[in-house]
Amino acid sequence: MRLLMIGLAAVLATVSVSLAFEIEDRVTSFTLENGMDVVVIEDHRAPVVVHMVWYKAGSADEQPGVSGVAHFLEHLLFKQTKTLEAGELSRVVAENGGSDNAFTSYDYTAYYQRVAADRLELMMRMEADRMVNLDIGPDDILTERDVIIEERNQRVETDPGSLFREQRNAALYLNHRYGVPIIGWRHEMENLDLEDALAYYRTYYAPNNATLVVAGDVDPSQVRQLAQTYYGVIPPNPDLQPRERPQEPPHTSPRRMTFKDPRVSQPYVMRSYLAPERDPGDQRKAAALTLFAEVLGGGQTSVLTQKLQFEKQVAVYTGAFYSGLSLDDSSFGLVIVPRPDVSLEEAEQALDQVVLDVLDAGIDPVQLARIKRQFKASDIYRMDSTEGLANSYGAALSSGLTLEDIHAWPDIIQSITPEDIIQTAKEVLDINASVTGYLLAQEETDQ
Amino acid sequence: MTLVKFLFGLTTLFWGVAGHAIEIQTLQSKDGIPIWLVEDHTLPFVALEVGFDGGTSSEPQEKRGVTNLMMGLLEEGAGDLDAQGFATTREELAASFGYSAYSDSLSVSARFLTDNAASSIDLLRQSLVAPRFDQDAIERVRAQVETSIRSREKDQNDIAAWSWNGTIFGKHPYGTSQDGTLETIGALTQADLKAAHKAALTKDRAMVSIVGDVTAQQAVSLVDRLLGDLPDASAWPLPNLADLTLDAGVQVVDYPTPQSVILFGHKGIDEKDDDFFAAFVLNVILGGGNFENRLMTELREKRGLTYGVGTSLASRKYSDLIVGRFATANDRVAQAIEVVRDVWRDIAENGVTADEVNRAKTYLTGAYPLRFDGNGRIAGILTGMQLQGRAPEYVDIRNDLVNAVTPQDVSRVARRLLSEGALKFVVVGQPDL
Repeated sequence: MRLLMIGLAAVLATVSVSLAFEIEDRVTSFTLENGMDVVVIEDHRAPVVVHMVWYKAGSADEQPGVSGVAHFLEHLLFKQTKTLEAGELSRVVAENGGSDNAFTSYDYTAYYQRVAADRLELMMRMEADRMVNLDIGPDDILTERDVIIEERNQRVETDPGSLFREQRNAALYLNHRYGVPIIGWRHEMENLDLEDALAYYRTYYAPNNATLVVAGDVDPSQVRQLAQTYYGVIPPNPDLQPRERPQEPPHTSPRRMTFKDPRVSQPYVMRSYLAPERDPGDQRKAAALTLFAEVLGGGQTSVLTQKLQFEKQVAVYTGAFYSGLSLDDSSFGLVIVPRPDVSLEEAEQALDQVVLDVLDAGIDPVQLARIKRQFKASDIYRMDSTEGLANSYGAALSSGLTLEDIHAWPDIIQSITPEDIIQTAKEVLDINASVTGYLLAQEETDQ
Repeated sequence: MTLVKFLFGLTTLFWGVAGHAIEIQTLQSKDGIPIWLVEDHTLPFVALEVGFDGGTSSEPQEKRGVTNLMMGLLEEGAGDLDAQGFATTREELAASFGYSAYSDSLSVSARFLTDNAASSIDLLRQSLVAPRFDQDAIERVRAQVETSIRSREKDQNDIAAWSWNGTIFGKHPYGTSQDGTLETIGALTQADLKAAHKAALTKDRAMVSIVGDVTAQQAVSLVDRLLGDLPDASAWPLPNLADLTLDAGVQVVDYPTPQSVILFGHKGIDEKDDDFFAAFVLNVILGGGNFENRLMTELREKRGLTYGVGTSLASRKYSDLIVGRFATANDRVAQAIEVVRDVWRDIAENGVTADEVNRAKTYLTGAYPLRFDGNGRIAGILTGMQLQGRAPEYVDIRNDLVNAVTPQDVSRVARRLLSEGALKFVVVGQPDL
């Protein structure tokens, strides 16, 4: 069986040469005089454009005591400005057949519209306006504060898995703001006021702290001209400080927690390790961890699935997670959902044993070749979604990476060896830099 | 899986043309299976979507859950390959396959590189014509479904959806989850799964859409190869129209959480009704599609009562409802329900403005070209159209049908369709009422 697979892998390796498909050829970038970066991704298959502005500021850039203010401000940007009525931007987008929204993460806040390509200028006029012209008073924010609290209710308070995640993150990060939820701690959200929101707005919403991403049926020179007209005239914020946030000290003690909630139907064990992220010019460790997560948890043929679901049959689900897109330290996660007759302690032990065995025995080169080939194919598949491409460029550029880093990534992935993976994994899977959480149904422990 | 997904999923079934023409070629396999093809050679891959009419609603009710379990097992071993072998081969090809069960249809979707199209189709074919249903695979996937059934029993949104469906649809298949119950799926045997496979995936129920780097000739031979060995006809009759039990008023399901989930609605309108497009526009004004609608304005923008509210014309194959959903803190549920009632009554009594109708129409007609922007998305849309019984030409006239709707039409249909007194609310939480 193994010989056969190696044979097949060799055949595929020759086929894959014809897959060389360069996304770089479709990407143009430039910087406006006021410091605003612009990236244009061309896709002329349909007369559609995605227009996004990414601010290099997220919840991890908030001051202590006002958690949730980055996300609160994101909501308030749909209120009135000096030239737009409250809700007018979304209304105009909808009237033009488009859709719009915004999202806040730890490291960025982004606003986007997806609309017919010939409406790009209108989008830029409105988006540039709200970058600096927000015009709200104390009365405007009260209703919206209720909305974000309902949002927290909906996304977090009613979902034990989300409450559990908040507690695990808080325990993982000893000093960094990644330990504070993006939506905010409820008691701080309830006291957010206008001045908190405006202070954040004045500090971070400026062209020299933003990236414009335009993707779709557009001509880069036309985008340059429009961007200059609408964004180019906004003065930069001269007081913008370098993005240096409190960093993690050495982690010297494993953390364990048990979270109980009567609404839990399926108990599980989750382990997170502090892990390095993709850094400019230095992405090899992140690439190794990206592949390691696939080796362990990437679908039916992954090691965890094979050992724990097929062979030992102790789990109904297993997984491994890692995302290198992060300005500061990221995390590497493992999860096991045991079968009903298996305890969480047994599940955790079984999980640890499989990971130890892999670190000991090394990575199967055939499996790694298969994973790499799928990464190569995904470079083709992902070009089917203009919006997805725009998102991945915006997120990477707002997480400290450059275009060169983004374009180097596929080759770095292909260059990682089994030894690279094992070496990085041994470094990162340090129990002293980890949190192990048990999620349990309340009644199980009350008996 | 949840009603919510279903509600919002439905709105994607309607679009029209706005200057962006895609060319749909209509072809047939040697067995007469309809194939809709859009050739696009920009990217070196193909998206394929096979829809099977029928879905989980046509299975025998005492075997509830058998179709869903059967679909989940197709990629767990086929022909000479066991589950791991099948997955390994698929990964070698860098293809992705999806097998989904819905109440009114089943779907098999695939994405594969032009380079190895033939090998990918051969592998996919194995899973459709020669699934193994190995006993160990059955037990493994059954355990996964059992997990999802148990979580459904504790999940607030699922409790809301199934309280709603159960009371309205009763014994009709729409009234119960297609996952089945722990009892029904616990009793399923390999023979049951084989029978379901034979009855649910048949040529007479199949329709295909293909989008991407492939020619018409290749498309036909690819479908011949893929589906040529399926049984000709299904032994399962299609279900009947649902008898609805719609008791007006508020039904509370106790659930210990700070925020209640509320579903509401009443009888809807058939897609073939002359007023359907007017109702479609009405729904956008009432609570569909985007931020600017009456319910969103009254509940969220003016009062901060919810993060989001949406309504939908749930015109399904065997029942028609108009339904909505939102969540709000327990102590604000009574107020929010009153707001919904006021909006409902006001729009039925006083109608809509010409301005609202114009905005809704520009939104609906302008949104059309935005939907056709990827091979996978287009294939999904085309199969959806086929399952609905639409002709390919529908895309050319759909916007005309929307544009022909007048404010008088919308106000008339609001009067006819919306009845505040008939509204049924299901509240899952611990509301102060």
